[in-house]
Amino acid sequence: MKLIHALSIASLVFSSALSIAQGGGVSPEELLKPLSKQWPTYNGDYTGKRYSSLAQVNRQTVKNLSLAWLSQLTPGADSAPSDGRPGRPAPVPLIVGGEGPGNINIRAGSIKGSVLAVDGTLYVTMPDNAWALDARDGHQLWHYFWKTKGGTHIGNRGFGMWNGYLFMETPDDYLVSLDARTGKERWHKMIANVEEGYFATPAPIVIGNHVLVGVGNDIDSPGFLQSFDPETGELQWKFYTVPMQKGDPGADTWASIDAARHGGAQTWITGAYDPETKLYIFGTGNPTPAYTTGLRGDLDNLFTCSLIAVNVDTGKMAWYFQTSPHDMHDYDSAQTPVLFDGMFKGKMRKMVATAARNGYYFTLDRVTGEHLVTSKYGLDTNWANGLTPAGGPKRDPGKDATIPGSLFSPNSSGTINWQPVAFSPVTGLLYTYEVNSFSLLYLTDPDPRGSMGLGGKEEVHVGNTGSYLTAIDYRTGEARWRHRFYSDGIGGGGLLATSGGLIFSGDGAGSLVAFNATDGKPLWNTRIGQITNAPQTFELDGHQYVICASGDTLWSFILH
Amino acid sequence: MLYGINCQACHGSDLRGGDMGGPNLLRSQVALTDQHGELIIPIIQGSRKAQGMPNIGLNDEDAGAVAAYVRSVIGTIGSQGTPPGQKKALNILVGDASRGQVYFAAHCASCHSATGDLKGIASAYPEPTELQALWLRGGAGNAQQRTTARKATVDVTTAPGKKVSGELIHIDDFLVTLKQSDETERTFLRKGAVPLVVVHDPMQAHRDMLPHYTDHDIHDLTAYLVTLK
Ligand code: HEC
Ligand code: HEC
Repeated sequence: MKLIHALSIASLVFSSALSIAQGGGVSPEELLKPLSKQWPTYNGDYTGKRYSSLAQVNRQTVKNLSLAWLSQLTPGADSAPSDGRPGRPAPVPLIVGGEGPGNINIRAGSIKGSVLAVDGTLYVTMPDNAWALDARDGHQLWHYFWKTKGGTHIGNRGFGMWNGYLFMETPDDYLVSLDARTGKERWHKMIANVEEGYFATPAPIVIGNHVLVGVGNDIDSPGFLQSFDPETGELQWKFYTVPMQKGDPGADTWASIDAARHGGAQTWITGAYDPETKLYIFGTGNPTPAYTTGLRGDLDNLFTCSLIAVNVDTGKMAWYFQTSPHDMHDYDSAQTPVLFDGMFKGKMRKMVATAARNGYYFTLDRVTGEHLVTSKYGLDTNWANGLTPAGGPKRDPGKDATIPGSLFSPNSSGTINWQPVAFSPVTGLLYTYEVNSFSLLYLTDPDPRGSMGLGGKEEVHVGNTGSYLTAIDYRTGEARWRHRFYSDGIGGGGLLATSGGLIFSGDGAGSLVAFNATDGKPLWNTRIGQITNAPQTFELDGHQYVICASGDTLWSFILH
Repeated sequence: MLYGINCQACHGSDLRGGDMGGPNLLRSQVALTDQHGELIIPIIQGSRKAQGMPNIGLNDEDAGAVAAYVRSVIGTIGSQGTPPGQKKALNILVGDASRGQVYFAAHCASCHSATGDLKGIASAYPEPTELQALWLRGGAGNAQQRTTARKATVDVTTAPGKKVSGELIHIDDFLVTLKQSDETERTFLRKGAVPLVVVHDPMQAHRDMLPHYTDHDIHDLTAYLVTLK
């Protein structure tokens, strides 16, 4: 068994790394534990709850939370010559990789993903760039720069980690593996072709000896999820999210196999994993062309806008549930699914929940995919009428793009977009953003063949009716409470729940805020700007740290 | 034109697929990744016969020229996969102006008048799509706006009988900032319900109406407003 062999060698490497003070890795076994002192994977742990067991910072103490350090990161090969520590500038090792010409340098980087916090070190990414920082003072240990060939530079959601190795995706569709202690590149592998319109933002997720890697695309290409060997970078399996051959599951929901093969369903957000069933559960993106039916045909267009469960060893689908059947509004369902166990109608159940971009919330059985709850949490969501027999929203064709314009809500950015949600097992509430926005949607390409990509329409935003932090009861899908933001836009870059009874998030009005998880009352804030990622927490030297990013700056707080 | 003669009937004059069954070449993975004909030329010369694409019988040079043409059109694809080509202006005026007038009387006339503030609105905004977005929002939201959207004001009551009022500059859960009539700014700390803060936003009515329009109402109203020349 080649794979097991590789694993044991790696754990030897790992244990020797442990004897070094800092920069140690995380073993696949440790990744199975609930979120606690470290933050070793995109969502902290496999459940997607973003619920930390740390409670030093709690409803009573949070008033004493204040700045420990901040670290400003400058993307690009010729950036920060020093480690950012005032007074003692030391050169930061710069490692350069990539296959591009080196003259494409996207300066306007911002931190829009998760930071890994492992063994006193923080690993931070922006498109084409990555850093290791000392978690105690934020100074840079190394900076990795990737010379890009192009691709959409919209964001990077962070690293995955396997023992002492890091994995990140690049906008021009490479999976890059780095040595965590030095930032030196181990290898890079092409995961898709940038010329076919693919780009890559997701944080890879490591499960056992698999590195799962998703992609994005806007020009009518098939979505897929791939699994790579963490040691060698060899492809283990590739799962297409749309039918590629006649007779594939879902092929009868497309008018032709050519339409299905250009049908989208991209895989651009990291999912959740259930070790008991070995199921990796993730959401898929919109169908293409996004705003016109054309050659897609009038049916569901599987497996676009769906939650999908695949066996992590085989890459075979176990179940799916479509959250936007025959989507016509670019409502990607690539939101973070959340796994939890709890009572449902008098029975203990293993469940998965998702608050979708389309304004609807869902609870399913995560073992079977059985549908349990659908609710409309977007207060003004208006594109569907009732539910399909399967429990998905039933689209109102009158709210598709029309020549004279149709007024729809939420707009195509959704009630929530890529931002991670949070779930507290104590309150039984799923915390999500809820942006209620209205746009006019004009059909500008009435060609019966349909348009292409996100084309064929003109979207004109005409106003918002309220943006909230919303706490949803998983049993009913009803909002227990809503906290209204003083901003029309989204509150921040995602949510964190802690056993200190707190929810951390930006408020869209210039602060990082700690809310009471029970009722949504704001308890603490610090005015550091628009928060661009989901706040995170970890413990080091007996201190609970809370970290978050605003643009190019990472902020770190402890109790004083 | 080699493409027109040899390919157009099946793949369409715009390359987006034709009547005779050829697929859209602008989203073809083969065409998108072709560098110098190496992928397209074999297809033109018969490698996909079994799948329904005949051997077109072009020599390497002609087939290469067609491949270059295909790549050049692909180069004009817009961002996020938008198809090439000029957008045609489409007529959005499908509503009934007289029904729109009735709707206006019922829902808008309390604040607006067709002979008063909205007189000539269709001349100021001759583009119907612009006018439609304008009246839904209650303003253009940009410099071309005819009337300046009225700004929100705020009353902050710090103690019984002690009220400070002014133009709202910023508000969140923790602070409220206003500009007083003498142009000076004041910021107040907020703690829950203290001090009492009341915001007056003249544009609130426009937002509150958004969930209530049907698309028919919208098209009728726009058809009516374009008559206010
Ligand atoms: C008689 C109709 C017909 C004509 C004429 C024709 N094609 Fe095709 N073409 C097809 C069909 C049908 C397919 C799909 C074959 C398949 O499924 O693999 C195709 C496929 C292709 C593909 C591959 C698309 C893909 O993504 O797999 C290319 C490239 C292509 N044609 C280019 C051309 C060019 C260039 C010409 C003119 C020189 C041409 N074709 C003329 C019918 C035609
Ligand atoms: C409660 C009062 C109120 C109601 C009802 C109302 N509006 Fe307005 N509207 C306003 C305010 C305030 C403005 C901002 C400009 C101003 O102060 O005149 C505005 C602005 C506009 C403008 C932009 C004017 C310009 O010159 O830029 C248009 C057009 C408009 N409204 C149309 C409508 C229509 C159509 C309706 C009915 C569907 C409507 N309004 C209902 C209060 C209202």
